[in-house]
Amino acid sequence: MNHLLSLLVFSPLAGILAVSFLSWENERAIRLAGLFGTLLPLLIVLIAAAGFQSSVSDLQMTEQANWISYTLEGLNGRMQLNIDYELGVNGLSLVLLILTSVVSVLAALASWNMKNASKSYFIFFLILELGMLGVFASQNLFLFFIFFEITLIPMFFLIGKWGYADREKAAYSFLIYNGIGSAILLIVFVALFMKTGTMNYVELAKILASPDGAGAAGSTFRLTVLISLLIAFGIKLPIFPLHTWMLRVHVQAPPPVVMLHSGILLKIGAYGLFTFGMGFFPEEFKKLGVLIAVLGVINLLYGAFLAIVQTDLKKVLAYSSVSHMGIVLIGLAAMNEAGVKGAIFQLVSHGLISALLFFLIGVLYERSGSSDIQDFGGLAAAMPITAGVLLAGGLASLGLPGMSGFISEFLAFVGLFETMPVIAAVGALGIILTAVYILRAVLAVTFGPQKEAHSAFKDLTVLEKIPAFVLLALVLFIGVYPEILSKSLTAVLDTILLGLRG
Amino acid sequence: MDLQTLTSMNWGIMAPEFTVLGTALLLSLLDLFMPRQKSRRMLGILSAGGIVLALVFLFLQFSHELASLFHDMYRLDSFSKAFKLILLLGTGLILILAYDYKMDREEEYRGEFYYLLLTALLGGLIMASSADMITLFIGLELLSLSSYVMAGLRKRDKESNEASFKYVVTGGISTAITLFGMSYIFGLTGETNLYAIGAALQDTSILQNQFLIAFAFFITFAGLTFKIASAPFHMWAPDVYQGSPLPVTAFLSVVSKTAGFALILRFFLLVFNSAPGIKGDPLLFQVQPYLAFLAGATMIVGNLVALRQRNIKRLFAYSSVAQAGYILVPFVSVSAMLFETTWFYLLAYLFMNIGAFAVIQEVTAQSKTQDISGFAGLFQRSPWLAVAMTIFILSLAGIPATAGFIGKFGIFMNALGASQSHYILAAILVGTTVISYFYYFNIIGQMFFRPKHDKEKLHHKKGLLLVTVVCAAATVLLGILPGTALHFFYEQFQLSDFFQTMEQK
Repeated sequence: MNHLLSLLVFSPLAGILAVSFLSWENERAIRLAGLFGTLLPLLIVLIAAAGFQSSVSDLQMTEQANWISYTLEGLNGRMQLNIDYELGVNGLSLVLLILTSVVSVLAALASWNMKNASKSYFIFFLILELGMLGVFASQNLFLFFIFFEITLIPMFFLIGKWGYADREKAAYSFLIYNGIGSAILLIVFVALFMKTGTMNYVELAKILASPDGAGAAGSTFRLTVLISLLIAFGIKLPIFPLHTWMLRVHVQAPPPVVMLHSGILLKIGAYGLFTFGMGFFPEEFKKLGVLIAVLGVINLLYGAFLAIVQTDLKKVLAYSSVSHMGIVLIGLAAMNEAGVKGAIFQLVSHGLISALLFFLIGVLYERSGSSDIQDFGGLAAAMPITAGVLLAGGLASLGLPGMSGFISEFLAFVGLFETMPVIAAVGALGIILTAVYILRAVLAVTFGPQKEAHSAFKDLTVLEKIPAFVLLALVLFIGVYPEILSKSLTAVLDTILLGLRG
Repeated sequence: MDLQTLTSMNWGIMAPEFTVLGTALLLSLLDLFMPRQKSRRMLGILSAGGIVLALVFLFLQFSHELASLFHDMYRLDSFSKAFKLILLLGTGLILILAYDYKMDREEEYRGEFYYLLLTALLGGLIMASSADMITLFIGLELLSLSSYVMAGLRKRDKESNEASFKYVVTGGISTAITLFGMSYIFGLTGETNLYAIGAALQDTSILQNQFLIAFAFFITFAGLTFKIASAPFHMWAPDVYQGSPLPVTAFLSVVSKTAGFALILRFFLLVFNSAPGIKGDPLLFQVQPYLAFLAGATMIVGNLVALRQRNIKRLFAYSSVAQAGYILVPFVSVSAMLFETTWFYLLAYLFMNIGAFAVIQEVTAQSKTQDISGFAGLFQRSPWLAVAMTIFILSLAGIPATAGFIGKFGIFMNALGASQSHYILAAILVGTTVISYFYYFNIIGQMFFRPKHDKEKLHHKKGLLLVTVVCAAATVLLGILPGTALHFFYEQFQLSDFFQTMEQK
């Protein structure tokens, strides 16, 4: 049995140990250790990816060990309730693991210039990465929940201690909203566990699809569970009207943390909806299809409309995230190959693009101390490279062909037009709005008369060029050659679509 | 009973109790004859030694088969062993905690504290291991009376006096209520032995007295819930917790509460196990809504009122009320997992709560205030203490990778068990847990986000450090590898002997 996945999930611990043994004063060493702490998982995930066979439809690199077992002595003899330690990857989770590791490295680089980034900052940062890796690698609900909650605590500290002026309020609202989400998840998971006797994804899906499962978990129960999942992950995603916490976090948290949050943590919501909602309850998911599509369109339009009127760049991007997560919902609701594929593409694509844009905002804020659009203008003269990357990122975000954003939006809408043309047509308006708010914000920053104070700004340093260029290159690469992603997703999509066809 | 039968009995099975009793007696004599000025701290070491010895005896008894004295008046069964383990461990940790507690003007009464603590523990041990109303009641009273005195140990402190007085009055009322309920049970069955009562209640002639049985249940239960501080009999807890010396607070919130739960579990499962309810269903099934309401109300009241507290000891009083509500949840749906999940939660609760109290003792002693602002900037003044406190708080809040989460998970499995699911109760449980984030994380916020008041670094005392380290390690270990504790439980304690009397064996 190989332990590559365990190694991957717990590899940030090496960095945590290294950082905690360094002295407080040695800031440079702490940063280096933090950076290497994120490089290690990247290395391991690349090794894992090299060994991944995209043609196999089963889980790969699985690990299993006994963990907790409850013995029940009832009237019908002994019964064991086992919770095992189970890890494994399929195409989707591998892609998300890679995304996590890449964005983490770049966010660690982006933290380089943070003045108050200290020992504890990097420790929390690495615990957060550990949690995110664990979420995507776990193969049972219990483990998923544990890692899911582990991301909560470091985020609370990262926002509350290193954020901007109103940071504590943002941290508490993050904690409470997500606490409610995970509370609902916990009830759902335990209820499923008690009904079926297992927490393993594959076994659960099997039992729920079998006639036995239909007896143990009736249709009302299933529908309730699915709606609860929708609410729980809807908070995470976020779905309108459960999104207010996310705006606060995006505005108040330090830019590297927002890179992680918007790039990866939001994706957990979609991943959960996809794996649990669609994977376990395909029938019920179909019933809710229209509702989810409508929610998606609302997200898309609401986010876009509000993004147009914002004056703070961070808020523009925060609403843009709401809007883009709408596309994920739209794709999932379509429940056909194109739609679901589009949704997954959107996860990856938005992960990269939003990480890039928030990184750039961090760069701008570091130089000017502001993120208000009105404080900028004519940046292209002083910082040509920054302005260029910002424009490119903006174009990717609005879905310019040749970039990753286009593929995902296109696929998601193709999928939805097939099943719900009317809703899709309304949703398509969102694409125009996206162009409006992105161009408004980006053009106002880069062009126009140059502000005097800005002439002294230095363009991207070497250290800053790495995250910017790597992210942009990935966005372009996926846009030009989407096959790289879809290759590994084929097997996952086949399984899920098989379930949907019933 | 002549001397010969008395000596022929298997007194050895009471070894832990005798050890505690002997140590308490020895301490009281030593305290009496020791010169006035001499420090009483060494008595603490002596009493800790007694606890360790009792623990050793308990461990030796693990392989001992079911045994009893005086027709099940005193029982050595898995149930009593499992709970005695928690009681002894908890008291041991509190003794170490008390070693560093500053008594200031009341230093001369330190000796009293040690032997009162031991007699209280003795009461708890008897509560865990007897199956007779008389001895159960004696155990309960021994624990209560010792606690009343301990609460008022700081004689010159107004708050401590108030705590003691309130405790005596409310405690006395609850004792009266308990006894009143017990008198009904005795009157209906003519027995004091719990097994005999259980059997007598199945008699068909009793059926015409269904209402009286239900009444006896409610009254006794109401009286006993006082001990675990669940709503609506929780009002004493905040004042008593606040006024008592800190080690006593820790004792009340952990050991005394655990003993109360042990008593309630044994009493109600044995007596009312198959008692008829009003028209038809068994009583334990019929009272479920009532118990569910109590558990729910306790969780809601404890957590909501805790939100408004600024005094850290009061806050933890309400927190411990809320925790009692969580532990009551499995009692509602008496499922097959009731024992192990309750035991696990109490074990987890022991470590996280005593650990938290250790930190509170250290911080309040240094900052000279019980306001939570005393925690401000603790992370800078003493990073490790802040980290340990964070672990305890996360565990109390039920965040994964800590013992508290596994405990709560077990409670959930009870609530949502296969046969009957209490979704509303489960929803209240998670809902109030989220509410508890507000006040728990407020302390974390104080420690990490707020600037420090005084620049001084904390210098740690060895005893407190030991308690903190042990508790933090156990909290994390039980959270990551809960299998070890559960395995130990299943291996050592075969609870099938719970319903078995000596005659049946």
